[in-house]
Amino acid sequence: MSAETVLTIMAMAIATYATRIGGVLLGAYLPRTGRVKQGLDALPAAVLTALIAPAVTAGTPEMLAGGITVLAALRLPMVAAIGIGIASAALLRGVL
Amino acid sequence: MPAWKQEFKSGALAIAPLAAAAVPFGMILGAQALQKGLTPAEIMLMSLTVFAGGAQFMAVGLWQYPVPWAGIAFAVFLVNLRHVLMSASLVGSMGQFRPWQRWLAVFVMADETWATAERRAAVQPLTVAYYAGIGVALYATWAVSTALGTLLGGLIHNPEKLGFDFAFPAVFICVVMGFARSWRAAPVILVSAATALLVRHLAGGTWYVIAGGLAGMAVAAALPAPGRGR
Repeated sequence: MSAETVLTIMAMAIATYATRIGGVLLGAYLPRTGRVKQGLDALPAAVLTALIAPAVTAGTPEMLAGGITVLAALRLPMVAAIGIGIASAALLRGVL
Repeated sequence: MPAWKQEFKSGALAIAPLAAAAVPFGMILGAQALQKGLTPAEIMLMSLTVFAGGAQFMAVGLWQYPVPWAGIAFAVFLVNLRHVLMSASLVGSMGQFRPWQRWLAVFVMADETWATAERRAAVQPLTVAYYAGIGVALYATWAVSTALGTLLGGLIHNPEKLGFDFAFPAVFICVVMGFARSWRAAPVILVSAATALLVRHLAGGTWYVIAGGLAGMAVAAALPAPGRGR
């Protein structure tokens, strides 16, 4: 292993861990009442939605597959909905 | 079976679809790293210490010799900034964790780990054993698939063709729908998605995750407080 590579990887690891522990340290100071609580309660849904928005709107096949996944998730167990989502993305990309 | 073993197993099973979907990408990462001149031991070290798929792909893409280490580390920091929001939220559900367990837990907090843990925390208290099951399963899978990529090289070229890349949005769609238990979720989701797409279009990079997340949270905070009947 070369020294510069190991140094770079260690710098990457520290940068990544800093973001992950940063929230733990910050979280201790956040009030969890009133409007702040309402906002924090919505964080998982809001951040996940933002994270996947580009992938789901990347093209027509992805938008359709996203819609199919939503419908499947309304009725079916999660594993089935995921399988249907993946299969529909693959099929629609082949067709469209 | 002791209760903690049951919890560990439940956690590992809960993340299994996401771990399976990560395999082809770990393999591609391993193969790409070799092409860039990294040795198998070096890319393994990266997967074991950084453990952040998106950031690792970006770093390998930027890799050259001499290694621009400061630029790569800064880019990794920016790509992973969303984790500040994620761990700030998750720590609110880590009441059963000792301080050292929190510090260790967030070391393996990738997007998938976080989403699976939040999903659990929404329905019942998050135990250390359940989180350990999630974390160990994904960490081990990522390490093994990176190693496979260095051994098997470019066996997998185009996982998009088989829809593997869509596993992440598909799982996260299901997770978001699990969070959406009242009408309040609709404006949050719409504003998050619209803001994310707009910021990505205007600014590029990865700021869109944080911008979309904060916009959705702002909407949630501005909505009238839930009544007692809810």
